[in-house]
Amino acid sequence: MSVKIQISQKTRTKIEEICKSFHNNPGELINVLHKTQDYLGYLPAEAQEVIAQELGIPTAKVYGVVSFYSFFTMIPKGRYPISICMGTACYVRGAERILDEFKHLLGLNVGETGTDGLFSLASLRCVGACGLAPVVLVGDKVYGRLSSDDVRNIVEEYKNLGFAV
Amino acid sequence: MDKINLIIDNREVSVSQGTTILKAAHNIGIDIPTLCHFELAGLNIHNKPGGCRICVVEVEGRRNLAPACVTECTEGMVVKTNSIRVLNARRTVLELILSDHPADCLVCAKSGNCELQNLAIRFGVRDIPFQGEQSCYKVEVSPSIVRDMNKCVMCRRCETVCNDFQTVGALSAIERGFPAVVSTAFNQKLSYSPCTFCGQCVAVCPVGALVEVDHTPKIIRAIADEKKTVVVQVAPAVRVALGEEFGLKPGSIVTGKLTAALKALGFNYVFDTDWSADLTIMEEGTELISRLTRHLNGDKEVKLPLLTSCCPAWVNFFEYHFPELKEIPSTAKSPQQMFGAIAKSYFANKIGVKREDMVVVSVMPCLAKKYECGREEFKLNGNPEVDYSISTRELATLIKQANIDFNSLEETPFDSPLGESTGAAVIFGTTGGVIEAAVRTAYEVITKKQLPKIDFTELRGLEGVRSATIDVDGLKLNIGIAHGLSNARKLLNEIKEGKSQFHAIEVMACPGGCIDGGGQPLHHGNSDIIKARWEAIYEADRNMPIRKSHENPSVQAIYKEFLGEPCGHKSHELLHTHYFDKAKVIEIKLG
Repeated sequence: MSVKIQISQKTRTKIEEICKSFHNNPGELINVLHKTQDYLGYLPAEAQEVIAQELGIPTAKVYGVVSFYSFFTMIPKGRYPISICMGTACYVRGAERILDEFKHLLGLNVGETGTDGLFSLASLRCVGACGLAPVVLVGDKVYGRLSSDDVRNIVEEYKNLGFAV
Repeated sequence: MDKINLIIDNREVSVSQGTTILKAAHNIGIDIPTLCHFELAGLNIHNKPGGCRICVVEVEGRRNLAPACVTECTEGMVVKTNSIRVLNARRTVLELILSDHPADCLVCAKSGNCELQNLAIRFGVRDIPFQGEQSCYKVEVSPSIVRDMNKCVMCRRCETVCNDFQTVGALSAIERGFPAVVSTAFNQKLSYSPCTFCGQCVAVCPVGALVEVDHTPKIIRAIADEKKTVVVQVAPAVRVALGEEFGLKPGSIVTGKLTAALKALGFNYVFDTDWSADLTIMEEGTELISRLTRHLNGDKEVKLPLLTSCCPAWVNFFEYHFPELKEIPSTAKSPQQMFGAIAKSYFANKIGVKREDMVVVSVMPCLAKKYECGREEFKLNGNPEVDYSISTRELATLIKQANIDFNSLEETPFDSPLGESTGAAVIFGTTGGVIEAAVRTAYEVITKKQLPKIDFTELRGLEGVRSATIDVDGLKLNIGIAHGLSNARKLLNEIKEGKSQFHAIEVMACPGGCIDGGGQPLHHGNSDIIKARWEAIYEADRNMPIRKSHENPSVQAIYKEFLGEPCGHKSHELLHTHYFDKAKVIEIKLG
């Protein structure tokens, strides 16, 4: 009769450790979610169930918080997560054109991950590199002063790398 | 404590510290409209998110309008509740809410009882000037509750009762901005959530977003089918609340008119769940005595305290949240199911009707009863013990549809033999009643002496958790009582920690017990109504010639004729059940 939620031992242990590092305090839910997303790249329903159980709060409440904040995502990120800065400086220097170019080349909307799992597309606010506007992040790597042609090159570069790296 | 003096609408008011503008105004007869605000005074339910902004007022010296429901009075405050600025703002707020609300009032289950509709009437809204985006959610039909989130006004009352009062945690606000809505985790169906179907979310919903599943068309069809023998049973709490639907004052006892109405509707047999409540006491009482005797004889294995099992929302609650305790509750089925089991065996046999040609309908103050009668373990070859459970509200609709003038009906008694009952059965309708009924019988069975006093007032009351020690001829019986699942949770945690001192615990999920069940006429936050029903239950008990379950002649007869003895072989087959572990289990994935 019971509802079964499956999760791997490694993931479960890691989430338990994260919760424990915050003393399983329900008031630390947002921090726990940040750490878990750092680790998994996203917050699948199964992970939210474990967090709810560990912190002793309803899963609906955890999901309420995850769905409230745009930073949290339930969709796994790609191997190369692409984030386009839409902060004021980047915006006035043509970030929207850059974003459109990525959308066009990858066939993705903001918040989506490609079916092959190579790329995901996100937008964010100011990364503090306004002098380099418009700025794009691929993983941790920063690309600045971009034009539409540069976008094409970036996509090609990572396509060639593929999952090998 | 020092009094605070302020002026509301040019009138001087003096209130104690911490009073909101809404309350202060109410005290001097100024009725500030509200929508999200909800309070059930004395029953520990309070929803005040200050979110809807219908109650805004003007406070001198403040730039913005203040929500009266969450703004506390301060010394020298000057408040205007009906200035043009306030009235315009309020109307705009209302029109904005209405702009994303389906205008299907004609066919809405809440029509005539909807707080948003009442506001629109009160403000004389004649058109909605805003044409914005419309919410588009799929309507979910669960075994008990229909959720139409297109009608949700985000008052969050349901979330408050589900989380704070019941600690069930099925519902939460999700998303933000326009898509914000109250939902389950991952938008799953209620059946996959920890929902207990207690129906308190339905009882507090101001609009038609949460309503009960309507079985009235099925009842009408069953009655019209000449091949079917339709038997109806009525729960105790229905008789002290149904009158409200026909303009009678809260607390009116309408048992006689209720039976007359059911006969006029065309039910073949009009019986009483009170009858099977007496039967429940025979079974549950015997179970309690047997566990106690074993305990007193030094049996360490015996499971104590005994937990009552009449309330189906409570049963769902421990199956989801405390499955490790599932061996502790009494195995006695609820009175609704006991009635169905007997009606479709003993009674069907007696009148020569085949099981499949009998339809058993129950009228309940409850929405979880709809879920309960669909449970697989209560079916024989797919045929349920109880076919349909309808709420007090649904019965009122049936009566109105059938041109029955309820108030002029002549009082009629219940049919025989499943209609005879005692005062002990009628108090099943309120918190403390089941255990009082059990104690009345247990006392006389254990001591073989007559009770010196039938009323156990120490078991009565509306506090969330109560306890009492009953002296059963030297044996000290410790009784715990909880209503509201948050209170039940406290007692269950004590049991888990091995700290519970109780021999028996009664739990009912709803505030005040069944009298304020999810299927009762809506009280809109007026706890005086619940108080009146509560008093009426005990009055109905006092009015009964027999007040102890074991003295019910018809129950005595069924043991002689059919069942044998309480907790005997036949009883176990028909009147007892078992519970399931429904907790979410997080399993380790292989590989």
